[in-house]
Amino acid sequence: MMTILRLCAEFFMTGLFAVGGGLATLPFLYEIGEKTGWYTDTDVLDMLAISESTPGPIGVNMATYAGYGVSGVPGGICATLALVLPSVIISVIISGFLEKFKGNSLVQGTFGILRPASTALITAAGLGVAWKVFFPQGLGTGNLWNMLFAVIDYKALILAAVIVLVMTFWK
Amino acid sequence: MKLLLDIFLTFARIGLFTFGGGYAMLPMLERELVEKKHWVTEEDLANYFAIGQCTPGIIAVNTATFTGHKLKKIPGAIFATLGVIFPSVVIILFLAAFVTHFAEIEWVQHAFAGIRACVCVLIFFSVLKLGKKSVKNLLTWGVFLVVLALAMFTNLSTVLLVIAVGIFGVIFTALKERRKAQ
Repeated sequence: MMTILRLCAEFFMTGLFAVGGGLATLPFLYEIGEKTGWYTDTDVLDMLAISESTPGPIGVNMATYAGYGVSGVPGGICATLALVLPSVIISVIISGFLEKFKGNSLVQGTFGILRPASTALITAAGLGVAWKVFFPQGLGTGNLWNMLFAVIDYKALILAAVIVLVMTFWK
Repeated sequence: MKLLLDIFLTFARIGLFTFGGGYAMLPMLERELVEKKHWVTEEDLANYFAIGQCTPGIIAVNTATFTGHKLKKIPGAIFATLGVIFPSVVIILFLAAFVTHFAEIEWVQHAFAGIRACVCVLIFFSVLKLGKKSVKNLLTWGVFLVVLALAMFTNLSTVLLVIAVGIFGVIFTALKERRKAQ
């Protein structure tokens, strides 16, 4: 019982202080592992790989995985709920505030300027993913041909091209 | 009650098909929430992502909470959040219990290499849609390009970027209003 409480407390703190999405939880996860010995650094790396290849945010996955390791299925569920609780509370407060001031021109103007910033951040993240998909080994050296076309992952490129065609013409 | 169940199931579906973290869920959010259900608008989504960047917690959860709250207050927020994390919890519990070294299995690696290529294309289309609504004039193009360059070529934290743009937005809008009032 005490372990489950401790588990909840640790992941609640992570949820409260990790600002900026999934990967922001990473340093906190390392710290919990070191402090409590619930899992090792290698476990975190394994988890990162699993998170990238299963649906779901890494923070949630890591909390479930660590919680399960510490005290089985109830541990996995408790740790995950503890992790998301702070963001739910804070988001509910902000959401209420937003609805109240929806018509306010200052709020509207500010969000009008925040939206392109948000779009830019998503674009940057998307380009980061694309980079890893199409150039898994990074750029080559020498002339343009060796730098780009010799190292690009053609299988991924063809697959992507097919999806683009399907999405454009099959609505 | 029916709407709450609908919220839960919709977000569970989104959670199930979100590979590779928060941003990758944008295509699903657009399809399910904007196009199919008409629960939120494209602009709402961009707002939620901006707020999600500088508030604690995972963006997927923040977005779910916001949408749920908009539809049905606190119960809606809770059902949406539980829905979006439900598939991940089940999958990870299953993997932790039965499969070791899941990520090292060869066919799994190949399957996910393919999925990542798809995710790329989907994000690309989503960004186009989002951009059409949010990047419209000289000012918004400027903000977009500056933030894109900073996010790609510097190590500035995204939290800092969003807060800086937010402050700029407040000051800019306030000055504009003032000039209009005069």
